[in-house]
Amino acid sequence: MSTTLTKTPSVSIEAAMQPTVPQQEPKLVIFAWSGELDKIWPTLILATTSAAMGQDTTVFFTFWGLFPLVKNEVRITGDTWMQKMLSIMNRGGIDHLKLSKMNFAGAGPAMMHSLAKSHNVASPSELLAMAKEMGVKLIPCQMTMDMMGLKREDLIDGLEAPAGATTALLAAQGASTLFI
Amino acid sequence: MEPTTVTRRLDVQGFNCPIPIVKTAKEMKQMAPGELIEVLATDPGSVPDFSAWSKATGNPLIEQSQDGGIYRFVLRKR
Repeated sequence: MSTTLTKTPSVSIEAAMQPTVPQQEPKLVIFAWSGELDKIWPTLILATTSAAMGQDTTVFFTFWGLFPLVKNEVRITGDTWMQKMLSIMNRGGIDHLKLSKMNFAGAGPAMMHSLAKSHNVASPSELLAMAKEMGVKLIPCQMTMDMMGLKREDLIDGLEAPAGATTALLAAQGASTLFI
Repeated sequence: MEPTTVTRRLDVQGFNCPIPIVKTAKEMKQMAPGELIEVLATDPGSVPDFSAWSKATGNPLIEQSQDGGIYRFVLRKR
C-alpha cells in the first residue's frame, strides 16, 4: 500500500542558500550526578532524544548517579561495612529509584510509575535500554565506583569502560553540557 | 527523480515524548536516501518536535496534517 503525495520541493530556496557545512557537529554531554528518579528520567529522555537527533551523546554517571546503573537484582554492594551500609540505605537499580521530593517511603515513585504507565510515558528502564540501542555512551565514574565499592560486575551491561574526569571533560569539549 | 510515494509507516499513537521521535529516528536509520515515511502520532508535543527534529537532522518534513487527535507527518530521508 502506498499513498501518492503532491510533489513539494524538498529544499526551499532559503535553505539552499544556507551554508551547508556546519561549524561543528552538535554534541551533548550530561553529567548524571543525582541518582533520583525525577532526575534520571529527564536525563534519559534528553539523552535518547539527542541521539535521535544524530548528536554524539554521552552520559557520565558520577556520585549518586552511579546507583541507577547497578543491576536491579544486586542488593548489597561494597566490601567494607560502610560501603555495604551505603547500598542498603541507598538501593541501586533503575527500577528502585527514589523521588527527590514526595518519596513517602516508596509510595511516591509507585504512584509516579503508575501515572507514567497510564499516560504511555516510557519508564527509566525502557529509556535506558533505548539509550544503549541508540548509541548513547554511558560512562561510569571510576573514582566513585572505587570509593563506594561498586564493581564493574555490579553494574549493568552495555556501558563504556569506567573512566575519570579527564575523559568526561574531553567528551565535553565543544559540547552542550548539563549537570543533572 | 525523488520518490513521491510513502514506502514506510510508523504508528506511534498513544506514545509520549520522546518515544515518537526516538522510534522515528531508529526507523529512518534503516531507510534509503529519498525514501518517504509516514508517522502517525497522538502526542500534541510531536507537532513542534517533529519540525525541530527535521531542522536538526536535515530530513525534510514534507507533509503535516491533523485529523482529530491524530497527527500525521511525512518525512523524507536525507
